[in-house]
Amino acid sequence: MSIDHVYRADSGRILATLIRLVGDFDLAEEVMHDAFVAALERWPGHGVPENPRAWIVSTARHKAIDRLRRDSRFREKSEEIARWAAAEEGEAPEALPDGENRVADDRLRLIFTCCHPALAVEAQIALTLRTLGGLTTEEIARAFLVPEATLAQRLVRAKSKIRQAGIPYRVPSDERLSERLDSVLAVLYLIFNEGYAATKGAELVRRELCAEAIRLTRLVVELMPERTESRALLALMLLHDSRREARVSPEGELVRLEAQDRSLWDQGEIREGIALTESALREGGARPYALQAAIAALHGEAARFEDTDWRQIVLLYRELMTRYPSPVVELNYAAAVAEASGPEEGLRLLDAIDERGDLATYHLLPAARAELLARLGRKQEAAGAYRRALSLVSNDLERRFLERELGALG
Amino acid sequence: MKYILLIYSKESDWTGLSDEDKVDMYQKYTAFTDSIKKSGHYLGGDGLEPTATATTVRVRNGKPVTTDGPFAETREQLGGYYMIDAKDLDEAAEIATRVPGASYGAVEVRPVMRM
Repeated sequence: MSIDHVYRADSGRILATLIRLVGDFDLAEEVMHDAFVAALERWPGHGVPENPRAWIVSTARHKAIDRLRRDSRFREKSEEIARWAAAEEGEAPEALPDGENRVADDRLRLIFTCCHPALAVEAQIALTLRTLGGLTTEEIARAFLVPEATLAQRLVRAKSKIRQAGIPYRVPSDERLSERLDSVLAVLYLIFNEGYAATKGAELVRRELCAEAIRLTRLVVELMPERTESRALLALMLLHDSRREARVSPEGELVRLEAQDRSLWDQGEIREGIALTESALREGGARPYALQAAIAALHGEAARFEDTDWRQIVLLYRELMTRYPSPVVELNYAAAVAEASGPEEGLRLLDAIDERGDLATYHLLPAARAELLARLGRKQEAAGAYRRALSLVSNDLERRFLERELGALG
Repeated sequence: MKYILLIYSKESDWTGLSDEDKVDMYQKYTAFTDSIKKSGHYLGGDGLEPTATATTVRVRNGKPVTTDGPFAETREQLGGYYMIDAKDLDEAAEIATRVPGASYGAVEVRPVMRM
């Protein structure tokens, strides 16, 4: 096993343990780096230790103790040093206080810290990707199209807030767990969606965001198997991700669902996604991610676009709308109704949303109207709606798609 | 860690209360204060007289400038505070949710600087 392999496979876990041991993100990152440097020097001559991860953790902890001893405020810190020095090698987490931390995995504690609602959402995303996803600051900055300095600043601020405000490093107590897990899952879903709305230029990094979101959600599912909502979110991500090869053409253009080459869909992800959806619905009921996953599963099951069970999809959207009303869900409902009952019916629903002005700045509303108007042969109105969508869109891939559709109206 | 809980609400919400409701609110605050005294989190706390009684002082060019009223006109006003000892932000925030004012106003949780 190479050092590189240990780094890629285990650095997230090692960092999580070190953050718990030393109680500080920056110090943990620095000493982990030092420990890997030490491994580069030692392992080639002495052989790879039996448990490389434990070796790194233990070496890093000693480096942290050394650093603190050199620190001028050594006296204040002596208590902390005693605590770390007493921590066991290799490292089972210490006894859990009053049963509140039911799962003793350092990465799980860390994900709840990174996605703490006392941090701004942008900071939660950046911190999660940096510490648990192992993405570099530069990669995250590129993926979110912000200057690297801005992102670095965001991370610095988040880490100081964790330190100064006393944001804890633990799994929340039972009565707060649902609420806090919701915020973790929301962050993971945002990361996935940012990756899924890929633009050609940054394609590789973006795909990496989807992969990281899936990996981290899988981790939450493994660590808290009894929570059905994380299982449903994993299903939803897998079912969307299964279409990644088909939804962008080799020329880098966005491909509509009905025009996608379904032989490119990842059947392994579809199978896993469907199985997870079914178990989440069975055990957790009709909650938002499960309902959305069920809709995605119906698309995944259809061998051809014509085989899509639109009637069932309409019912699921109606369920979603009743339980968790939102204008975006209503928009999707209208699009499904257009497939199940004809474009006139769908258009009537879209116009109702438009009149309320709920989605006045959302490009997909005029884009959906344009498509139905075109199908009804109302070309002039369709062109107007496409122009409206173009004035609101921000993603280049979607812009080119809308321009093509507008051009095709003739 | 030491935290201060700053309780903000509309003063009109308080002045608009009937005498009976005021007694009820006092009782809620007394019960809350007792509960955090018993659990060992309480370090101190007070209610404040309304912002109409406030005076704001600034020193400009070495000269004190005194004005009538609060430091800033806001929709909700600082009406009281608690100083508490909590092990971390989660514990402090949990205590903050039990401050009676959190149910109609808002409670800002701020760590106290360690000197």
